[in-house]
Amino acid sequence: MTFKKYLVLAGVAVFATVGDSLLARGMKGLGAVNVSLHNLSGLLLAILNPWVATGILLLLAFFSCYMAALSWADLTYVLPATSLGYVLVALVAHFGFHEVISWTRWLGIGLIAVGVGFVAAGPSVTPSRHGKSFPGGPSRTMSPEAKS
Amino acid sequence: MSDLYAWAAIGLVSLASTAGDVLLSYSMKRVGDVGELWKRRGALAVVARVFTTPTFALGLLAMAVAFYSLLFGLSWGNLSLVAPASASLAFVFNAVAARIFLHERVGRRRWMAALLVAAGVALMAI
Repeated sequence: MTFKKYLVLAGVAVFATVGDSLLARGMKGLGAVNVSLHNLSGLLLAILNPWVATGILLLLAFFSCYMAALSWADLTYVLPATSLGYVLVALVAHFGFHEVISWTRWLGIGLIAVGVGFVAAGPSVTPSRHGKSFPGGPSRTMSPEAKS
Repeated sequence: MSDLYAWAAIGLVSLASTAGDVLLSYSMKRVGDVGELWKRRGALAVVARVFTTPTFALGLLAMAVAFYSLLFGLSWGNLSLVAPASASLAFVFNAVAARIFLHERVGRRRWMAALLVAAGVALMAI
């Protein structure tokens, strides 16, 4: 794992969380009346809302980082990284905006951090049981960093 | 009634996003390290290679289903229930699916991580 790869993982966490927050804000503004199964055009028009549009742009950035990460790391390695975004938002809310964070949220933050630590300390790619990852794909041998 | 809708959305979102994640991960492993490919052939080659991988389109479709279910779920149910509950469930589903379909070695370390993160995400919503 190089520094660049950690940056890509950080991008996964940050873009996903900020994008989701913007989407949620936009959708809340539209309300439940405008968006329902009986009003599909309302759902399509939701994309024109600036909060939703910016959210979607950030989620595209997230998706690019996510795809890049999945090209060199396991799914079960990359996924926990996405949850670090929740922790980031809570920390910014507390130390930046002096929001009160309940003890259950602190506990949640702790659990996520420990969980991510568990994965990050291990190998980023595990060899498949068949020796070769995928038919037709490049054969993967254990890299030195994966031996821990 | 809206509770039932919310939980239906949660189930659909977590299952669809797990299917999407597994398909996308499978596709990207077939494409190979995009950083290396970018250096050797350029950005266009990376985009072309990704978009010509058939399972990638399937993964995108599953993700679209998950995305629109989430949008519906958010308008039906509480944001603080639907988003974290489906994210939390997806972590557990993904650990199982990655082991079965991607043959990743989900050992004790990764199981612990999946459960801790799932519990943490759920706790943060309370």
